[in-house]
Amino acid sequence: MIRFLLKGILRDKQRSLLPVVIVIIGVMLTVFMYCWLSGILNDSIELNARFNAGHVKIMTASYAKNIDQTPNDLALIGVDTMMTRLRKDFPEMNWAQRIHFGGLIDAPDSKGETRTQGPAVGFGIDLLSGDRSEIERFNLEKSIRRGKLPAHSREILMSEEFSQKLKVNPGDTITLIGSTMNGSMAMYNYTVSGTIVFGTGPMDHGSVIVDIEDIRNALDMNNAAGEILGYLKDNYYNEKRINNMVTRFNTLYPHSDDEYAPVIVTLREQNSLGKMMDQIKGLGAFAVFIFVLSMSLVLWNAGLLGGLRRYNEFGIRLAIGEDYSHIYTSMIYESVLIGIIGSVIGSSIGLLGSLYLQRHGLDLSNMMKNATIMMPTVFHTRITSFAFFIGFIPGLLSTVTGTMLSGIGIYKRKTAQLFKELEA
Amino acid sequence: MKKLIIPLLMACVTLTAQTPQAREIIEKVDKNMSADSRVFTSRMIIHNPRNTRTVESKSWSLGEKKSYTEYLSPAREQGTKMLKLEDQLWIFSPATDRILQISGHMLRQSVMGSDLSYEDMMEDPHLLNHYAGKIDGEEKIGDRNCWVISLMANSADIAYQTQKLWIDKERFIPLKKELFAKSGVLLKRMELSDVIQIQGRWYPKKIRFKDVLKEGEGTDFEMTDIEFNTKIPDYIFSKASLKK
Repeated sequence: MIRFLLKGILRDKQRSLLPVVIVIIGVMLTVFMYCWLSGILNDSIELNARFNAGHVKIMTASYAKNIDQTPNDLALIGVDTMMTRLRKDFPEMNWAQRIHFGGLIDAPDSKGETRTQGPAVGFGIDLLSGDRSEIERFNLEKSIRRGKLPAHSREILMSEEFSQKLKVNPGDTITLIGSTMNGSMAMYNYTVSGTIVFGTGPMDHGSVIVDIEDIRNALDMNNAAGEILGYLKDNYYNEKRINNMVTRFNTLYPHSDDEYAPVIVTLREQNSLGKMMDQIKGLGAFAVFIFVLSMSLVLWNAGLLGGLRRYNEFGIRLAIGEDYSHIYTSMIYESVLIGIIGSVIGSSIGLLGSLYLQRHGLDLSNMMKNATIMMPTVFHTRITSFAFFIGFIPGLLSTVTGTMLSGIGIYKRKTAQLFKELEA
Repeated sequence: MKKLIIPLLMACVTLTAQTPQAREIIEKVDKNMSADSRVFTSRMIIHNPRNTRTVESKSWSLGEKKSYTEYLSPAREQGTKMLKLEDQLWIFSPATDRILQISGHMLRQSVMGSDLSYEDMMEDPHLLNHYAGKIDGEEKIGDRNCWVISLMANSADIAYQTQKLWIDKERFIPLKKELFAKSGVLLKRMELSDVIQIQGRWYPKKIRFKDVLKEGEGTDFEMTDIEFNTKIPDYIFSKASLKK
């Protein structure tokens, strides 16, 4: 019977085309919407992960307690050995050492006297080792506004806004005045190699980026790092995998009373990101629910319309002796087939569109020039395993439910009146 | 009754004559601790929670207003120079070939991560010029009998508004100091030891500073060589000398 119905659907375009097209459009929009919202959530998480939080962050216990002050005197030491061990014990992760620092950027005049000064927040990241992971995480190449990336030690990147405030240009020498790991005053000269635009207000106001080895020299932090950030190799924050990793870490590095012992925190546990993730997830789920519900209503109506449109056909079939339940069952089978065909095609189109935006993203930087919170400016969709199934909720269930409801009318038709109805 | 009062009064007069006033004690302390000029080399051993570092320097000072310090070791700090004139301080960093001026509250920041501030390190104040004192009592520090004296600052811009000093009764050298903020919070504790006689005065060669608001076991400031009232050329106290 299914083969017979399928042939009917394929051959009788008048009967199947409109319902299939409606299902395809509805399913495609549902899948794309779901991937879009998943992508926005993921991009927001990844932005925080890339700049600041990592998927996990390892610090000393004391550093973690005072993290708002970026206390480099409490930094991890012996990080080379630790990195080797982490790479061996957690091959599913990429690891990056970071030094966050604060200080004054002092721009001299021609006589070497202070011309202007400004407070800066700095990132010491790997720029010169040849490993480009950190350059990509900070999206530095695309963020360059003037000049170029540091190619040698003692070169620094400044945010464009900060460089304009201090009237400093690529090629100029500036002095970083900060505090060493031991609390001494540190003064270190840098040449400005380029300026960058992060696209987020807080970062653009007064940020600088230098190579991690350079800042180690400047702040007397030999073989030390404030933080070691870990990222899952596919770059997507997966809570289950991260929790599993953290459990293994805590087994290998058991908690102790030593205030300099390494501790691990997940992205969720940092800067209220867990709360933000739950809120965004909740909002996203609600938005998807509303969309799926409205699409379901549309497709339900399509099912109802399909049933009503074929009122005459069912009358003839009843008149020539077909059983009520046989017609009802065949209607439902037909709608299942239409739902499956529409959902498969709609999901495929939705997933293909999502795949394109997952790879290339949608640049909305022009609309977010004045953003004051750390938000991405290029949005990507994200295809999750659920995206392969979500389209079937409106595509299959709603279509079938609509058909089932409209089909009830078949049982109310009286055989005696059929010919009168047909004559009319 | 008269027979009783007169001997009592006489006893009081005798006691007053034997017990010096706080001012006299502080004056004698100043004579030992301060000088018109001073040149010394010192070793600062900084006991941080994670390591111990030693920083050596040579300092020249003229009265209360002028002071100059050059760091001799370790290699990272060698050649760093500091010049303090009145309440302004210039630091020369050879690594950057830059001179940086700091003033105001920055002068109360730690020097080289030690328990000493720039003011502690570079000032040689006459206590009598800045504080009024009173004797609180007597105590023993080790085997030395001491006066316990409280000092109250004459003006609001003094870093330590009150001080409590344990002064050796015999040598008029403080053996212990507690330095307080205006709020009454204890900021620093100092223990002075290795008292020697140089150029007719008693002087402690070693001072342990403990910034109580800072972690670590404190900083030992040891003077390895010291000369008082020696002639210091004027150019030392000029900005030009920083880059020499």
